[in-house]
Amino acid sequence: MSQLVIPAILCAVGLYGAIRRVDVYGALTKGAEEGLTVLLRILPSLVALLTAIAMFRASGAMEWFAGLLSPLLTALGIPPETAPLLIIRPISGSGALAVGAELMERCGVDSYAGRVAAVMLGSSETTFYTVAIYCGAAGIVKTRYTIPAALCADAAMFLLAAFAVRLFFTS
Amino acid sequence: MAMTWLWTGMVALSVVFGAMTGNLGALGGAALEGARSAVELCVSLAGVMCLWTGVMEVMNRSGLSALLARAFRPLLRRLLPRSAEDEETLAAVSANLSANMLGLGNAATPLGIRAAQRMARGSGGAASDELCLFVVLNTASVQLLPTTVASVRAALGCADPFDILPAVWLTSAGALAVGVAAAKLLARVWRS
Repeated sequence: MSQLVIPAILCAVGLYGAIRRVDVYGALTKGAEEGLTVLLRILPSLVALLTAIAMFRASGAMEWFAGLLSPLLTALGIPPETAPLLIIRPISGSGALAVGAELMERCGVDSYAGRVAAVMLGSSETTFYTVAIYCGAAGIVKTRYTIPAALCADAAMFLLAAFAVRLFFTS
Repeated sequence: MAMTWLWTGMVALSVVFGAMTGNLGALGGAALEGARSAVELCVSLAGVMCLWTGVMEVMNRSGLSALLARAFRPLLRRLLPRSAEDEETLAAVSANLSANMLGLGNAATPLGIRAAQRMARGSGGAASDELCLFVVLNTASVQLLPTTVASVRAALGCADPFDILPAVWLTSAGALAVGVAAAKLLARVWRS
C-alpha cells in the first residue's frame, strides 16, 4: 500500500498545481534548488558528528554507555541502540540525522532499531533550537514552563515511537 | 554550546576509552572513515531530498498550505482564545502550523516568529501561557510527510521508505497531545 504513496503524491500534487495554474515545473526545480542549500547546510555537521561517532564506536565507549543504559531502555521497550539518538534529538537536528543515519546503516533500515530511529527522526522537532528561535525573536527572557512541557512531549515521543513500530510491524 | 561539549566530550572519551581497551590504534582510521561516510551519505541523499523539496514548493504555490491553515482556525480559536482575537496573529499561527505539517521548514519559521512576536507584545519578557503553548505546538509539530528521514532510508537502500508513515503519524500526534496536556497542566501550577 505504502509503495503507492510516492507515485500518488507526485501525480496528485502535479495535477492539483496544474489545475490551479501554478508553474509546476518551475516550482519543482526551484524547490529542488532549495534542497541543495539544505544539504549544504547539514553537510558540515554531518562530517563533524559522524567523525566523532565513528571514534566513539571504535574506542569501545559506545558499547560501554549503551550497556549502561540498556536495562532501563529495554524495560521501557525502547531499543538500546537508539540511546545516542535520545540524547541528541532535542539538541541538534542535523546531529540527530547523522546519528540516526549511522544507526540505520549499521542495524539495517528495516530492523526494529532502524525503524524506531526513523520514526523518532520523523516525529519530532529540535526542541531547544525551536524554543530558542521563537522566544529569542519575541524578546522573551523567561520561558517559564515551555522547555519542561516540550521535553514531556519528547519523552512521550520516544516511548510512542518504539510502541508504534511494534504495533505496525510484526517481525 | 551544548554541541561543543557534546562533540569534544565524545572525542575526548573516545581517546580515554581507546587507551583503556587497547583500541587506540583504530581511532584515527575510524575518524577518517566517519568523515568520508558523511559526504557519501549527503551525495546519496541529494537526489531524493531535492525531489521532495521541489514537491513541497509545488504544494506551497498551489495554495495547499493555505487550505490547511484555514482548516486549523476553529481548533486554534479554542486552544489559544486570547491570541485568536487578533486576526493577524491567528493568521500567522495557523499558517505556521500548516507549513510545519507539510514540512516547509523555511516557510514556517518566519511565520512562527511573527506570531510569537505578536503574542509577546506587552508581556515584559515573560512568556504568556498562550505563547508557551504555541512554542510547544512547534516543538512537537506533526509532519504529514517526513521526507528527510524517508530520503535517508531510501539512500540506505530501503525498498519502501514511507512504510513508517502510520507509525510516524501515531507517534507525533500522541507526542503533541502529551505536550499540550503538559503545557495546560503546568500553566496551573507554575509560579511567577
